[in-house]
Amino acid sequence: MSAVTFPRLDHSGRVSQLRVALSEWTKLRSVRSTLWTLGVAVLLTIGVPCLVALVTKSHWNSMTQGDRLDRYHNRLALATAGVNLSVLAIAVLAVLTITAEYSTGMIRASFTAVPKRLPVLWAKLGVFAAVTLLLMVPSVFIAYWANQAILHSHNPPILQASLSDHGVFRTVLGSAIYLTLVGVFAMALGAIIRNTAGGISAFVAIFFVIPPLMNILPTNWNNAISEWLPSSAARDIFQLTHGTHDLSPAGGAAAFVGYCALMIAIAAILLRRRDT
Amino acid sequence: MIEARNLTKNYADKRAVDDLSFTVKPGVVTGFLGPNGSGKSTTMRLILGLDSPSAGDVTVNGKHYRDHSAPLHEVGALLEARSVHTGRSAYNHLLALAQTHGIGKKRVAELIDLVGLHDVAKKRAGKFSLGMGQRLGIATALLGDPSTVMLDEPVNGLDPEGIHWIRNLLKQLASEGRTVFVSSHLMSEMALTADHLIVIGRGRLIADTGVEEFIQGASKQAVRVRSPQADELRGLLSGTDVVIRDVEPNMLEVGGLTAEQIGDLAAERGIRLHELTPVQASLEEAFMELTRDDVEYQAALGIGGVPA
Repeated sequence: MSAVTFPRLDHSGRVSQLRVALSEWTKLRSVRSTLWTLGVAVLLTIGVPCLVALVTKSHWNSMTQGDRLDRYHNRLALATAGVNLSVLAIAVLAVLTITAEYSTGMIRASFTAVPKRLPVLWAKLGVFAAVTLLLMVPSVFIAYWANQAILHSHNPPILQASLSDHGVFRTVLGSAIYLTLVGVFAMALGAIIRNTAGGISAFVAIFFVIPPLMNILPTNWNNAISEWLPSSAARDIFQLTHGTHDLSPAGGAAAFVGYCALMIAIAAILLRRRDT
Repeated sequence: MIEARNLTKNYADKRAVDDLSFTVKPGVVTGFLGPNGSGKSTTMRLILGLDSPSAGDVTVNGKHYRDHSAPLHEVGALLEARSVHTGRSAYNHLLALAQTHGIGKKRVAELIDLVGLHDVAKKRAGKFSLGMGQRLGIATALLGDPSTVMLDEPVNGLDPEGIHWIRNLLKQLASEGRTVFVSSHLMSEMALTADHLIVIGRGRLIADTGVEEFIQGASKQAVRVRSPQADELRGLLSGTDVVIRDVEPNMLEVGGLTAEQIGDLAAERGIRLHELTPVQASLEEAFMELTRDDVEYQAALGIGGVPA
């Protein structure tokens, strides 16, 4: 019989929230889907505003005065155009980060290491939010500068919006905060549904399918309800101008943070109760 | 030390674990034996708090698993269902779990070497064969140097060398004073590895006994008797502790009497015997018999520790 030498562990630490966060960071960076989706998100966030700026620049001289004025009022929408697409990549990654643990069975290993479970949820949310924010803040500002530089190269410069202009800095920064909060919302959704296809479908339904359906409702109902939908509240965080039936940036942020808190609370309760 | 008291788990349509009470003691290898679907894996998930019991209670080293501050140091578990993200490398899988307890990279590398995964540690776990997956699972279980090691069907998918390795490892872990709890649906495997057996069937405790006792209980099995006067013989042999089964015409299988006793009794009455063969049931047969109908088996054999 060959002897097995089993190495002893010189010390064993306790589970702490910080250690679980480090573990979640290792998990996040060590799967390919993270690199892919975040890469796509950065590319769309920066690339789309450049593309939009090039198209606008080349067509500017053939546009009517009315078209030009419309674009001027909404001139930051060009710089944040990519966010509307990259939000889907961020949401998919957020859902996947939690549902992939269920589909692969990794969740059993995670909850065996951290049987109190909630630290895993907090760490996942925290690490994901931090990574998204740290990546997206530079991305949206690069997108803004690239977009403005291309529009500036028109003779004469068109659709210029200085960061010192009222609301501009807040709007650009807000688009990164929007992406981060939507990621948090999507991750909570994933934790509740525990299934990748179901989680992504639910996210798409809440953000892209339900909002246009509101137009079926009588106008006064639509006006009353639509501004409070999670998708509209979230979008209000990065709009330069707000209509009468929109929330203010702070109001939108507050409402959407409320939705996030509600989803996280439901996820936390279910996480503690459900069998794995 | 694992202590289960009246542990019960109901799922929507069935009772997977039924009023199970047992204690798994340190220093020996305890086999957890039962056919597929008998509730072994469910019991292990209940021990780890992955599922919560419908009734009853189970503790590890005196506390619910969830209440330990360094759970991986208390219990190292290998579950039957795969518990690894297929897109992550073995190294990163172990590292992420180690980090929850502040266990360093050196330990991770040590365990990868121990289970022989050094060459594939950076490969994605999804590409692993069943045997490699088992080895990764075993490395995961041993990460925290646990005082209790709980392995669900650890030899599944391992080659003979790997099986041999596991047996030695389990014995060594037990000799170091750890609690070792290993499930299997193979009696023969348990006979080679375990010192003590907890046998369940349909979620209920059938036997809680030493392996030696179990083997003795199983081997005083039965005697096959062929006689043209089988009916007379049946009447003669009937008694409280005797079980008689018709195998085929003129052939009986008698439990509870030795071949000598049967032969002597038949000779006294002048009953002709054409065959008198003690039947040594294999452990596998004994186990199948035991789990096929536990009540009947208890009556016939009175396995230690279980009221008939």
